Amino acid sequence: MKLSREWLHEYVQIPAVTDREFAEAITLSGSKVEVTDNLRSKIKNIVIGQVTELRRHEDSDHLWVCSVDIGAEAPLQIITGAQNVSAGDIVPVAKHNALLPDGTKITKGKIRGVKSEGMLCGLEELELDTRDFPYAITDGIFIINEPDAKIGDDASAILGYDDSVVEFEITNNRPDCLSVRGLAREAAAAFGAELKLPEATVKSSGGDIADYLKVTIEHPELCSRYSARVVRNIKVAPSPRWLRRRLRASGVRPTNNIVDITNYVMLEYGQPMHAFDYSAVKGERINVRRAKSGETLTTLDGTLRALNPEMLLITDAEGAIGLAGVMGGENSEITEATQNIILESANFDGVCIRKTATALGMRTDASSRFEKGLDVLNTIPALERACELIELLNCGEVVSGIADVFPGEAPKREAIALDPAKVNAFLGAEIPAEFMFGTLRNLGFTVGGTSVTAPSWRSDIEHWTDLAEEAGRFYGFNNIPEAAIVGDVQARGLTERQQFERKLNSLARASGYSETLTYSLGPEGGVSVINPLGTDKTFMRTSMLPGMLRVVSANRDARNKNVKLYELARVYLPQAGSRLPLEQKTLILTALDSDFQSFKSEVVNILSALNVPIPEFTAETSNANYHPGRCALIGSYGIMGEIHPGLSEKTAAAELNVDALYDAKLPEATYKEDAKYPELLLDLAFTVDAEITVGAMLAAITEAGGKLLARAELFDVYTGAQLPQGKKSLAFSLAFRSSEKNLTDDEVKPITDAILAKCKEAAGAELRQ
Amino acid sequence: MDNNLKEIHERIAEIRASALKSIAEALEARDLPTLAEIRIRHLGKKGIITAILKTLSGLPAEERPKTGAFINALREAIEHELELANAKLGSAAFEERLKAEAIDVTIPAKSGRFGHTHPLTIVHDEAVDLFLTLGFTVAEGPEVELSEYCFDKLNTPKGHPARDRQDTFYCDEDETICLRTQTSSVQIRTMEQLKPPIRIISPGRVYRKDEVDATHSPIFHQIEGLVIDKGITMGNLKWTLNTLMRGLYGPNVQTRFRPHHFPYTEPSCELDIQCFECGGAGCRLCKDEGWIELLGAGMVHPKVLSGCGIDPDVYSGFAFGIGIERLAMRRFGITDMRLLYENDARFLRQF
Repeated sequence: MKLSREWLHEYVQIPAVTDREFAEAITLSGSKVEVTDNLRSKIKNIVIGQVTELRRHEDSDHLWVCSVDIGAEAPLQIITGAQNVSAGDIVPVAKHNALLPDGTKITKGKIRGVKSEGMLCGLEELELDTRDFPYAITDGIFIINEPDAKIGDDASAILGYDDSVVEFEITNNRPDCLSVRGLAREAAAAFGAELKLPEATVKSSGGDIADYLKVTIEHPELCSRYSARVVRNIKVAPSPRWLRRRLRASGVRPTNNIVDITNYVMLEYGQPMHAFDYSAVKGERINVRRAKSGETLTTLDGTLRALNPEMLLITDAEGAIGLAGVMGGENSEITEATQNIILESANFDGVCIRKTATALGMRTDASSRFEKGLDVLNTIPALERACELIELLNCGEVVSGIADVFPGEAPKREAIALDPAKVNAFLGAEIPAEFMFGTLRNLGFTVGGTSVTAPSWRSDIEHWTDLAEEAGRFYGFNNIPEAAIVGDVQARGLTERQQFERKLNSLARASGYSETLTYSLGPEGGVSVINPLGTDKTFMRTSMLPGMLRVVSANRDARNKNVKLYELARVYLPQAGSRLPLEQKTLILTALDSDFQSFKSEVVNILSALNVPIPEFTAETSNANYHPGRCALIGSYGIMGEIHPGLSEKTAAAELNVDALYDAKLPEATYKEDAKYPELLLDLAFTVDAEITVGAMLAAITEAGGKLLARAELFDVYTGAQLPQGKKSLAFSLAFRSSEKNLTDDEVKPITDAILAKCKEAAGAELRQ
Repeated sequence: MDNNLKEIHERIAEIRASALKSIAEALEARDLPTLAEIRIRHLGKKGIITAILKTLSGLPAEERPKTGAFINALREAIEHELELANAKLGSAAFEERLKAEAIDVTIPAKSGRFGHTHPLTIVHDEAVDLFLTLGFTVAEGPEVELSEYCFDKLNTPKGHPARDRQDTFYCDEDETICLRTQTSSVQIRTMEQLKPPIRIISPGRVYRKDEVDATHSPIFHQIEGLVIDKGITMGNLKWTLNTLMRGLYGPNVQTRFRPHHFPYTEPSCELDIQCFECGGAGCRLCKDEGWIELLGAGMVHPKVLSGCGIDPDVYSGFAFGIGIERLAMRRFGITDMRLLYENDARFLRQF
């Protein structure tokens, strides 16, 4: 919403404040200023002048040398190439050091050897057009025809540059502030200034509306009120300057008096208006109804619109003449031939208008107001204002009477009891009761004792806390003292599970992995979105891997080296019997240019540091994402391996279920004295068939080793010329230890024999001599 | 003096002279093994001193103590000289070793051994830790959420613009399941489960149907906060958020609370902080406003409280929602939101 301060000034005279001060105060009272455009600063040193004489430039066949009176002692000599200037013309004169709206500076100089002390301006140079000054021409100097233009005066006032335009971000709950009158009310309350909101008076020219128009509302659930008047013998012409400049400041281009008045009233009252050509309305009747399936309408913008029964139409005896609350129909548009018009001021259902505008992709100034839900009591005042302007501008004769169909009644505003002590206790403030009631009165509330009733335009007020907000925002939220919370809390700190996740994050980073954040919506997954942004963001992921592989690929493309990445985030697993998926936290680790074995060490180190048992790793050959020969299931925790080379070369990844890890967490350690007796070390090398796994051998050794075997570690794998084809050698280092005494070779001998026997039995292993 | 005695005394003098000479020579030659050998030859079990002590028995009884003392003095003298020599040679050798071991300490360290924390997590953890010290606990909830929790119970009925399909992702045609648009849904779940006093924050991912660009992402992160108790005031809200701002931006940060509108709070406000760049004078960063909008907050709407079974006549509370992206981008000077989700190692390594 753009607000002209010049226009605002008509309703509320705010003591001299700068644009910045105005913006700050009104923002802190609840109407947020986005930006203020100070038009005054856009032009400088442009004055009203009169061309007193002109002659041909001696060295040019198209330039004119003008003598221009600007009210100074000596006239200025200015050269112009325009051909529409005559002696006696009043023109805008850019003097030496003038600033034009586009930032151009004008300085005096010479043109073909003749001095020129400034520039005569055309509309375009002033960033205006013939909609602002319909009597002017586009190509040429702006010949001013305004009775109040005085020679020598600064031209800002005539050109509409003596204003500041304040652009507001108005919240959805305050459609009343999408109007100059609404903002005037807020400004008056914010600055403690007097508010003057005159009511419109219409003289009328006789006749009876009933003879001209019959209005019916077929679907009152979507149209709670329809008010209309008829104007005869209209004279379509440009609007006066004061009206045009206010429209322009508000971001609306002037068109003609009738259209301009409907726009002006919408801006002033927040009530969208529409004008129909009376002769185009068949049967002298208007009916408001839902569109029929398959019905179409060509709107004012020339587009044929396909309609459906969710949309509301303004129709005449034969068919659609307007898309209610959004845009009029081309068939009933005001033209130069128009003689009589119908002025519409109606109240439509916000949700219906919003859905229509969205469905047709045509959000208009009107629809964006209706969609927020407007005051049903505002249709008549706005209609009256429009008719007042028509009479004021002498552009038509208003037929007596209003066609006003209002099937229901205005929503009843319940009186709310306002207890100032309660409000202060709620806000933590000490706002005087008189301030509260005074503020509410200024905002148009009815106050009787401590009972407060909201005005019709404040549908957002329902509860005493709403009144507390009104009092608080004008008192100033910033004037409420901050106060520490006093009271008990039930628990403190992160839960054990949350701490576990933080530890997991730290361990991943300590292992060299950098944290990533990838999108949980992707081109593959489980739960799908019915209205996605694109096919690449349709599904909620069920695995972290595809997203991470995309990141890997991007990093490869960027030739990044030594990339190790991780993420701890959710996957979304559809579950039978539940409307919502299971959101399971997963840790994914990914290392570029890594191999299974070094990656496995990092995974196992993280698991050890987490204090979870290291489970059996079993070969997994059938997961399509991983190399069939280099992938393992990690017990119930998850999976790891080298990514299938078809997907990504030399990339290792692990996916771990954080729930499973947390469930497996071992209890905290209790201190145990370290064993006193030394270990007895023994190395054993076996020859086995190539397909025998180290895991199988370790299992056999551990089983046969019994409790005296403290550790068994692989220290060498050998295949080669020393061994027969199809064989390999595995060498293990064993450590025996007793907690009771020093072990002797004789005591270990039977255990070693058992290990050899078990390895032979389980894996066909022969001791290598 | 009998000959025997004289002989012994001459012998002692001879040994002393010869031992000291050998020690001096070995010292000159920096010969530690020879020093060790001299020690064994003189002081060892089968050494010269032991041998000469044995000859004492040949002396008259009255001469023995005096001569014995001479021999002991000889032993001490040799020991002393050996120690001195060893010490001299030992420290020199040690120094030589240290000198030989000297390296170029300016050779750069190998970097990149540790992984990096994502900038969003840095800010997230910092904010969470701050709230933990204020007695908040961390509540979590689903991202694929019932519209009832995301909207209805937050005073955002059907037909409300926030529920439009152009803003909210839905998982079913009836729009009963959505991707949560705000972590406020966790407030509702918490209020339904816990009795006041409640003091929680709920951080997490949220989803809104915005095309990806420099300032928008369809997936982003919030920290939502909720405090419910008897006698909670807007002054408490201000204290809590100001404490957070002082924690994140230092004790001198200037804040302001500006009225705003949210369906689920009344009164509602937004918190601005004074622009760091211009100190409030107005600049490009703050779009000439002097202030930067950081978060939304308000007193929990009585309808929201009663909808969750909490009596608004007994309890009051406040809630707030902070966009983590915005905090992180401000903090680290990141101007394009897309960088946060591209996960380019060159970006991640900067934090």
